[in-house]
Amino acid sequence: MAHETASAPSTSAPIIEIKGVTKIFGSDVRAVDNVSLEVERGEFFALLGPSGCGKTTLLRMLAGFETPTTGSLIIDGQDMAEVQANKRPVNMVFQSYAVFPHMTVAQNVGYGLKIDRLPRKEIKDRVKEALELVKLDGLGERMPDELSGGQRQRVALARALIKRPSVLLLDEPLSALDAKLREAMQLELVRLQKTVGITFVIVTHDQAEALSMANRIAVMENGVVRQIASPAELYEQPASRFVGDFIGQINLFDGTASAAGEGRVKVTAGPFTDVILEGTATGNVCLAVRPEKVTISTSRPSGSNLIAASGTVTDIAYYGGFSNVFVDIGSGEPVLAEITNSARGVSSQYSQGDTAWVSWRPEDTLLFDE
Amino acid sequence: MDHWRKSVGAFWAAFLPPTFWLVAFFLAPLSLIWLFSFGVKSGITDIDIVWTFQQYARALEPLYLGIFGKSIWMATITTAICLIVAFPVAIGIVFAPPKARMWLLLLVILPFWTNLLIRTYALIAVLRTRGHVNFTLEWIWDKADWALVLVGLGDLHLLGQKFEPLQMLYNNTAVIIGLVYVALPFMVLPLYAALDRLDRSYIEASLDLGAGHIRTFWSIVTPLALPGIASGIVITFIPTLGSYLTPDLLGGTDSQMIANVIERQFKSANDWPFGAALSFLLMYATFFGLALRAVLVRRESMGGRP
Repeated sequence: MAHETASAPSTSAPIIEIKGVTKIFGSDVRAVDNVSLEVERGEFFALLGPSGCGKTTLLRMLAGFETPTTGSLIIDGQDMAEVQANKRPVNMVFQSYAVFPHMTVAQNVGYGLKIDRLPRKEIKDRVKEALELVKLDGLGERMPDELSGGQRQRVALARALIKRPSVLLLDEPLSALDAKLREAMQLELVRLQKTVGITFVIVTHDQAEALSMANRIAVMENGVVRQIASPAELYEQPASRFVGDFIGQINLFDGTASAAGEGRVKVTAGPFTDVILEGTATGNVCLAVRPEKVTISTSRPSGSNLIAASGTVTDIAYYGGFSNVFVDIGSGEPVLAEITNSARGVSSQYSQGDTAWVSWRPEDTLLFDE
Repeated sequence: MDHWRKSVGAFWAAFLPPTFWLVAFFLAPLSLIWLFSFGVKSGITDIDIVWTFQQYARALEPLYLGIFGKSIWMATITTAICLIVAFPVAIGIVFAPPKARMWLLLLVILPFWTNLLIRTYALIAVLRTRGHVNFTLEWIWDKADWALVLVGLGDLHLLGQKFEPLQMLYNNTAVIIGLVYVALPFMVLPLYAALDRLDRSYIEASLDLGAGHIRTFWSIVTPLALPGIASGIVITFIPTLGSYLTPDLLGGTDSQMIANVIERQFKSANDWPFGAALSFLLMYATFFGLALRAVLVRRESMGGRP
């Protein structure tokens, strides 16, 4: 087995080190722009971003299908510059699954081991084991066109995992599945990753997918990594307007800020004047708050330091467990408040055209430097 | 779309012209030839249809069977060479930058724009004793000989007294070269189409799983391109088997193929019934090849399982 980590350095070293990697296609298309990041051993790491942000290019460089224009990639302590795709200690699950249509499931899964010239008996045993791992026991003799999309994906997973790679790369693995199956597979992938203990690097444009599965997420935009953080930090403490806007929903108010001493700033944005917030950003800023942090009330909320404004309810969208209430406070986009329907009739107190107050605590407010 | 019964006029308007064309210019002449093959010659131009198999019996005599065998052999070699040459060409075009692709494809089909006769004469100009290949070889021979003289070995005549031109025309090799030259685009295009349709991620998956390029070619690319390979073989083999002009112009006395024999029956030998029988035998052989291909492709699409 070429992939076994006998010569691996100390287990505390990151399994992947990406150092200043840039990829330029053609003469001037910067698909990946000076990206540096590290992935820890055993981590479930997600590359998240809108399409065309360079996340797939970065993954393909890890797999060896693209060569970085500049910068270096180190996997398991080894510089990958001179290592061809077929010699790398990584395996990939393709977006299209790329399950070989002319081979049975067992032949597909055993392909990598056959290449490594393992004894027939060992291949057979390990194929059986791998198929059990992805819950495809007994389907080894099927042809790929006799399988469902979800099953084909499991074949692709088993085929990649059977080589016991240092890192498993997954390129939008769930995008071709329907919503219900996708949710089940999210849990399944997390279970699988815990079982095999292999580092997973997944590329996705679906923020819910990344938040629910990954230990850490790198958010990319235009080839640049905007923020690397845990899902909770990414959601609660986005580093920029882009990240805040891309992950989940957010209310944004453009404004200005000036220093107010002691690490505080005085912000004026939309209907909110002279709000004192912790922060250092001055000049043009953007005030932001997550919808579920916004409280809605029929009268002016009590509590002295709340950030509050009144307006007209423009829309109510009922989702069962929660409702989205849109309140126009004259600041451009209506403010979105997500209210939990923790008791019957919570959201039916409001109807279109009513006057309502929106408010939230200063510590739940985000401030982005523009 | 309406059912055809609802617009009978439109149906006939669309149905009749191609049907007429097919019947008048394909089925009718073909049936005539088929009838001739069961006839005997009576007089200079008259043919009596007497429903005899004697023409077929004659066609299966060793002399003609030998020419059939030779034609099949020549077509097989040509097809094999075309396959070996065309595969790298097709791969090259598929993996070329998109802009270069169109030009490379154009280069492949460019010979179609010139008449086969002219192309064959051009090939004669290249291959004949005083042709371009021999001129080039002679130039190289002269330079080499001169170099030997320079280093003082001129008297030994290591390269012979004078340049002997290669005899490349009027033999079986010339015919094969000519046939490969004519048939190559027919092999390149279906292979290109098959490889172009091939999802690149299969190739990447194979590399990702540790296979080298050669292994990937044999284990993944070739089986997945098999329908294209089969099409290429069929549409190269069939016209080559019946080729007439190339062996006629490039071949020697022993390089004639079955089409040359058929031509002689219809023209100089003036034996239409026998020529018709030979024609139909050639056609049956072709049908057999097509049926074989259909069986092979079906087995492949069943997944290659026993």
